[in-house]
Amino acid sequence: MESFEPVLLANIGKADSHTLKVYERNGGYQTLRRVLTQLSPQEVLEEVRISALRGRGGAGFPTGLKWSFLPADHPGPIYFCVNADESEPGTFCNRVLMELDPHQVLEGTIISAYATRATTAYVYLRYEYPLAYQRLSHAIQEAYQAGYLGKNILGTGFNLEMFIHRGAGAYICGEETGLIESIEGKRAWPRTKPPFPAVEGLFRKPTVVNNVETVACVRHIMERGAEWFRSIGVPPDPNDPRDPGSFGPKLFCVSGHVNRPGCFEAPLGIPCRQLIEEYAGGVRQGRQVKAVVPGGLSTGVLSADELDTPMDFSGPIKAGCLGLGTGGVIVMDETYPMIDFLHNSCRFFAHESCGQCTPCREGTAWALRIVERIKAGRGRLVDLDLLLEIADNIGIIPGTTICGLADGAAWPIKTAIRKFRGELEDYIKHTNPHGWSATAPILDLAHETNGSRSETTSVGIK
Amino acid sequence: MSEENRTSLVESKGFAFLSPEVVASIQDYFPRYPNGRAVVLPALHVIQESLGFVPKGAVLELAQVLGIPASEIEDTLSFYQFFKQDRPLGKYRIWVCRSLSCALCGGENLLEHLREQLGVQPGETTPDGRFTLEAAECLGACECAPAVLINDKLYPRMTQEKLDSLLKELP
Repeated sequence: MESFEPVLLANIGKADSHTLKVYERNGGYQTLRRVLTQLSPQEVLEEVRISALRGRGGAGFPTGLKWSFLPADHPGPIYFCVNADESEPGTFCNRVLMELDPHQVLEGTIISAYATRATTAYVYLRYEYPLAYQRLSHAIQEAYQAGYLGKNILGTGFNLEMFIHRGAGAYICGEETGLIESIEGKRAWPRTKPPFPAVEGLFRKPTVVNNVETVACVRHIMERGAEWFRSIGVPPDPNDPRDPGSFGPKLFCVSGHVNRPGCFEAPLGIPCRQLIEEYAGGVRQGRQVKAVVPGGLSTGVLSADELDTPMDFSGPIKAGCLGLGTGGVIVMDETYPMIDFLHNSCRFFAHESCGQCTPCREGTAWALRIVERIKAGRGRLVDLDLLLEIADNIGIIPGTTICGLADGAAWPIKTAIRKFRGELEDYIKHTNPHGWSATAPILDLAHETNGSRSETTSVGIK
Repeated sequence: MSEENRTSLVESKGFAFLSPEVVASIQDYFPRYPNGRAVVLPALHVIQESLGFVPKGAVLELAQVLGIPASEIEDTLSFYQFFKQDRPLGKYRIWVCRSLSCALCGGENLLEHLREQLGVQPGETTPDGRFTLEAAECLGACECAPAVLINDKLYPRMTQEKLDSLLKELP
């Protein structure tokens, strides 16, 4: 780890790093040229499979394995989608790549499309990234002019068209089948799987959806080789035959109560504490950490005594969180009340639930109503158990929803209550001295306040 | 489709909402997708950019341009809260991020401040048509917390004072 050399952020900081000229001057598109002229798609897929690259968008699914699910000898078309709908609170590394080094993203996409025999690539870009849109549009234009996109790329006979498809402010579009539905012009309701997109995806054709950072990794794997990639990070746990390991560099975004928030590249497995203290300059005003979201809001929280958790794909799971997620680290200092964390998180997921599955639509809205009531000084201790009961029953893991949004809504609730129960109980007792011990059923805050509707009541089927 | 054909489509249908230019911009997307339904989202963006919102009449006309039922467009349109259906957006659409990283740095206070300053709730537009206030979920600019997006420009590390003078300076 001492000799770690950043590759994903290597160009960032150079003047005009977003232009083709600067990208090419730093070796850009040489890898694409070598891949297209010297390797077959199967050989690229094999290299990526050996590298054990896992998707950087949150789920950590092995990329080579995902590609290998595409049917062999399909007459086409096969679609390649780049997931640039980055919306997980605390995550902005894709934005950094697209704004400051868009050609790196393009080169990775073109190589990945070649490996998967795709002839059309859509970049699904969230609308709230106007600068990324400008930069990426311009980069695509430059790549067409330079012969890296279009017909007969670099004279090799490989054709690829690339288009940006802009979203419209819906978190659920980051779920790969929600993304596919959204490109098709529909409401972004995730699909029941199987069939998986590799078999029947966009426009009912075989489709691969990969995150921006994942395709950027592909470019470096093809430049430096799978063995280089496997020399960074954490090898598989010998006691877990299903663990593919956590190899390669990762972009970590650190934000919240830190001195130097930013996007940093580090080897997978770096301790969370090191990211906060060395990379992000420690907690603001010399305060203590209270809680840390390890990988985007949906992963839940680590407590202050869990900061040595290694930031690889299994580290946060062992600490009771949903997973590594996106690597979006949000630091909360000792002054921040956990009830505010719960409220912020429940409001986000209630707002972003797509409304398709009842347990998620109703569960996230119900959880928010309870938390609003607690925050308003009408909480009871039994409410914490009620919240846990809701959280334990929504999501893919309990098997009640189509996609993982509800799991993401559940983990912040579960981890905040299980790790900070004492503080939450004190809050309830302190703010509701006469009612905290009540156990009888209770009306919502909205009913209590003369029927005036809280913002939660607007949540429902969109 | 040639320029002439586009104009004649608009004239022959008697479009009241979609101008020939808007129809042309929508049709520019056709080669990118295998069917008309997939053009719905880009088309809604074109329409909102041009009219400031997506009124019912525009949906009916778009259905003819895309060759799909208006109900399919309505289904999609109503899902994405990004599009306004009742009245045009203000000249400046102000997104104040309230998700966790920004909330930790005062994002919710900024939103509350603008709510009072502008006298509107999130989602509403000031009577003079100048500002539309929006509560944003994570703008993906957490290192700039609290972040505010106004139309196409991101304003990092905002304070109430900075916002106040910014809103005054905007043309």
